[in-house]
Amino acid sequence: MLSYAVRRVLMVIPVLFGMSLVVFFMIRAIPGNPAQVILGQKATKEAVAALTHKLGLDQPWYVQYMKYIGGLLHGDLGESIRTGAPIAEEIWPYLAATIELSLVAMLIAVVIGVNAGIISAWFQNSWFDYIAMVLALIGVSMPIFWLGLMEQWLFSIELDWLPTSGREDVRNPIEPITHLYLIDTLLSGNTDQFWQVVQHLVLPSMALATIPMAIIARMTRSSMLEVMKSDYIRTARAKGLSMFWVVYKHSLKNAIIPVLTVIGLQTGLLLGGAILTETIFSWPGIGRYIYDAIGYRDYPVIQSGILIIATIFIFINLIVDLLYAIIDPRIKYN
Amino acid sequence: MRKKTWFTWLAMMLAVMLVLAGCGKSKQTAGGGSDKPSTQDTLVYGRGGDSVSLDPATVTDGESLKVTKNIFDTLLDYNDNDTSIKPALATEWTISNDGLTYTFKLRQGVKFHDGTEFNADAVVFNFERWANGNADKFPYYGSMFGGYKNDDSHVIKEVKALDKYTVQFVLKRPQAPFLKNLAMTPFAIASPEAVKKYGDKFGEHPVGTGPFVFKEWKRNERIVLEKNKDYWEKGYPKLNQLIFVSIPDNSARLNALLKGEIDIMEDLNPTDLKQVEGNKEFQIFKRPSMNVAYVGLTATRGPLKNKLVRQALNYAVDKKAIIDAFYAGQAEPAKNPMPPSIPGYNDAIQDYPFDLNKAKELLAKAGYPNGFEIELWAMPVPRPYMPDGQKIAEAIQANFAKIGVKAKIVTYEWATYLDKLAKGEADAFLLGWTGDNGDADNFLYALLDKDSIGSNNYTYFSNDELHKILVEAQTVSDENKRNELYKKAQEIIKEEAPWIPLVHSTPLLAGKANIQGFNPHPTGSDKFTKVEFR
Repeated sequence: MLSYAVRRVLMVIPVLFGMSLVVFFMIRAIPGNPAQVILGQKATKEAVAALTHKLGLDQPWYVQYMKYIGGLLHGDLGESIRTGAPIAEEIWPYLAATIELSLVAMLIAVVIGVNAGIISAWFQNSWFDYIAMVLALIGVSMPIFWLGLMEQWLFSIELDWLPTSGREDVRNPIEPITHLYLIDTLLSGNTDQFWQVVQHLVLPSMALATIPMAIIARMTRSSMLEVMKSDYIRTARAKGLSMFWVVYKHSLKNAIIPVLTVIGLQTGLLLGGAILTETIFSWPGIGRYIYDAIGYRDYPVIQSGILIIATIFIFINLIVDLLYAIIDPRIKYN
Repeated sequence: MRKKTWFTWLAMMLAVMLVLAGCGKSKQTAGGGSDKPSTQDTLVYGRGGDSVSLDPATVTDGESLKVTKNIFDTLLDYNDNDTSIKPALATEWTISNDGLTYTFKLRQGVKFHDGTEFNADAVVFNFERWANGNADKFPYYGSMFGGYKNDDSHVIKEVKALDKYTVQFVLKRPQAPFLKNLAMTPFAIASPEAVKKYGDKFGEHPVGTGPFVFKEWKRNERIVLEKNKDYWEKGYPKLNQLIFVSIPDNSARLNALLKGEIDIMEDLNPTDLKQVEGNKEFQIFKRPSMNVAYVGLTATRGPLKNKLVRQALNYAVDKKAIIDAFYAGQAEPAKNPMPPSIPGYNDAIQDYPFDLNKAKELLAKAGYPNGFEIELWAMPVPRPYMPDGQKIAEAIQANFAKIGVKAKIVTYEWATYLDKLAKGEADAFLLGWTGDNGDADNFLYALLDKDSIGSNNYTYFSNDELHKILVEAQTVSDENKRNELYKKAQEIIKEEAPWIPLVHSTPLLAGKANIQGFNPHPTGSDKFTKVEFR
């Protein structure tokens, strides 16, 4: 088990290396000179040339790439072309904002998705099953952009329950400690602000949770249906065990493995796919950080941002793989 | 029985969610409509993007400048509603007869936010700093003053302190828009001590003499400014705090305004105008127009090389219909490449009327009786002068089709779009421009002179007669003579038709009804000194 984990971690290195190479070339293949974009529509030719030179963008690609990799090996993610700020120092607040949002969204998606899937499977072909699966279908095909604006309109403006955007009330800002505001507000013992954070989280996390929730629900349902056909479950039901007991003690453990894979993949996708949600809800997360950087051709930020997301994605999948072994003793890694 | 347990569970879960959602329901409302004086003294301004740097001399983006406008003062400032000049840090000035020496008396007793004193040395320090820089460090300085210290084209020969409160600029040659240039936000006077102290980091620790003191910047979220209690304009500013927040999506920003999370929003979609206009708690602010939206006709490509073709296309566009459909009427049709508010505007020019027969006639004369095919490039991003590039392109496409010109609509991501335009790869394209300093040079020379090909003259239009006039106008200091030159320039442009000028739009902002003293400025940078809540 341990050697497997170590091997998996080591495998991450060539993957990330390849990733850095692909990203490096892909973003340079997009037309548009960063210097021109940064200086804006109104810049003079001389200014663009001067900035291009200063940024080292007039050097051959392999020199640029070697510099980038050299920096990475020293833990230097580079400097933002646009703001000049070191990315390593700048990135954590964005990352923290996205992690907080994604975790809450994933929690919602898993709790509701898994349970809806279970109920649907248990009462297969009931009205609940139909409604849940139709909703899941809508959920998968719903454009987040539209959903987000509708949520704002309904819950913020019409019902006046929740704030429309941001992570906090700008008139009563939170003092960041870890930049995970749920934790920060608890640490500072400010319950008012804690509720403020919760309220700000509800709409974006619901919007972000919609698609994974729907996918998880469908996956759980089909997986549960499979398991419930097996003999031991029929036996358990025949013994007259309660539904709760049958589902949570006997079926779920076996049904959850494919679901876990989906959860792992979806969590990774959430990290990268939060861009639209973050734009609609002006959530200052990494998705928007990278999105803005693409607009400005801020190569170092795009490269390092994507690399960090890739790293997290790879580690989430590693954790999922390791969890298999814990949940299902039949799976061995040797 | 089993069923019942599950429904209870479900109901409970729903209940918990609803309670969570409704918890601490905000009681705050927009606060308009009552006559009681407001106690609100923090204004939250919602905009589309974040600033790049808060050192105004180093940036060219509007988002940076609109914040620094409130932290720094310039020697001269624009009047509230136009780009005429009024005193600011300089109280009075004299210009020598040859137009080469400008002597400014400075305001006394003004302090920078770090407590150091504003005086002639500070002015000299700032100009020296910029002149010793380069295009990459201080881009606007070079483009407005003809280059940097060692360039022959540099307009400023020297800047010297005659005494503690008198500063003199000696120019190498007269520069007509010199005073207007000095009033531009990028040439705001920074505290020399702070510049020395923070060095390259000054853009994150801006220190000026302006109405508000910089307090905090959380990138991509907000910039917080606080009242400068020692501001030289007595009794001002009225607000205690000014917060700029970025909400990228126009509709989401409107939602935040309706919910009361922000007090003013910019870039209201013209199509959302009705939603705010009918609401007593809000008011609409109209920014005086200093922009132009146009269809560029690249004069080096295919049929567009022919002047008659370009004129024909000018006859074929129904501007009125476009304004009604996409600007909610908040624009006026453009006949010149610059808006009427700019001195030198030629109102005698007759626009090409919407006349399809005339257009067809010209096309036939040019040798294209059956029309031709071109690409029409649509702007991918909304701008105040172009709320929806795609839809406007479709309207123009339909117009063109009526004279047999088949336009294929093409679009690229914004940075790519500009990059390809600069290389002259487009046939016809949508674009626009917002003026920097209210001077005709900033439109005509910047956009249509042959010197600007490769930067902002995306049509590659090159006309020697026009060039001669525009260059001459740069050095003439007699205002009337200068305006005559610009009027002549507009006649040439009308005749040569490198553009289809579309509209001068009125950018819309919305805010709470009880906001007073907010006058959106044509330059797009607003000073909040006199703004308050009633």
